[in-house]
Amino acid sequence: MANGLAALLDRDCVAVKLTADSAEDVIRRLASKLEAKGHVRSTYAQAAVDREAKYPTGLPLGLPENVAVPHTDPVHVLSPVIAIATLGRPVDFANMEDPDETVPVGLVFMLAINDKDRQIETLQDVMGLIQDPEMINRLLAADNLEDVMAALEGREPVEEDDEDDD
Amino acid sequence: MTIRKSVLFACGTGVATSTVVSNAVVEAMKERGIQINASQCNAAEVRSKLHGVDLVVSTTPVPKDLGVPTITTLAFLTGIGKADVFDKIEASLRG
Repeated sequence: MANGLAALLDRDCVAVKLTADSAEDVIRRLASKLEAKGHVRSTYAQAAVDREAKYPTGLPLGLPENVAVPHTDPVHVLSPVIAIATLGRPVDFANMEDPDETVPVGLVFMLAINDKDRQIETLQDVMGLIQDPEMINRLLAADNLEDVMAALEGREPVEEDDEDDD
Repeated sequence: MTIRKSVLFACGTGVATSTVVSNAVVEAMKERGIQINASQCNAAEVRSKLHGVDLVVSTTPVPKDLGVPTITTLAFLTGIGKADVFDKIEASLRG
């Protein structure tokens, strides 16, 4: 895994094959994981939902399932972290560049960032991931947390009875 | 000869995506002989941050009547069409 992402990824804040009804539902469920781990204030979820309504974060990649990067103001963040959700079925997010359009999203990176200068490497890693179609496909295909972590760490999927020192 | 230009990078919060875009553009323009003085803001602040700015690069829609050339693009987030947008930015800054 790229170092910047590794530094801020919390395994407890990764949801695999999450079934959600809407963009708001995804944001609230990831935000509640962040809040449960003490990474964000209780105000984060509503702030992220409000910000998504005004400045959406769906990124059209020309894929059947695209990516969204919901986030909000640093004041709601206690310790910086990245949360990830892969969705059981795609959910529509509005397009960042043109909020009147929607983008079907299968992969969500929630960015709880409070110091952009110190966290630039992490942000760049996330955007690097988004630009790698093979990685997107691997994450979308992941059945469980181990598959997600293996993909992010650039490991082959772990076979049964196969010890892995990572 | 290196030229110096001032670019304002905007996004919804002025924190996450504009940081990535700013870094990408500053690096690429340095290679093309343009030294960028970068500043960042959120979309709502753009109008108040335009003093001395040669170009606005935004990931989210900004008002059309800013009176400063504006490029709205997701290319540095999605990777799609990046080279074209670098050319467009360079052309605008040299124009």
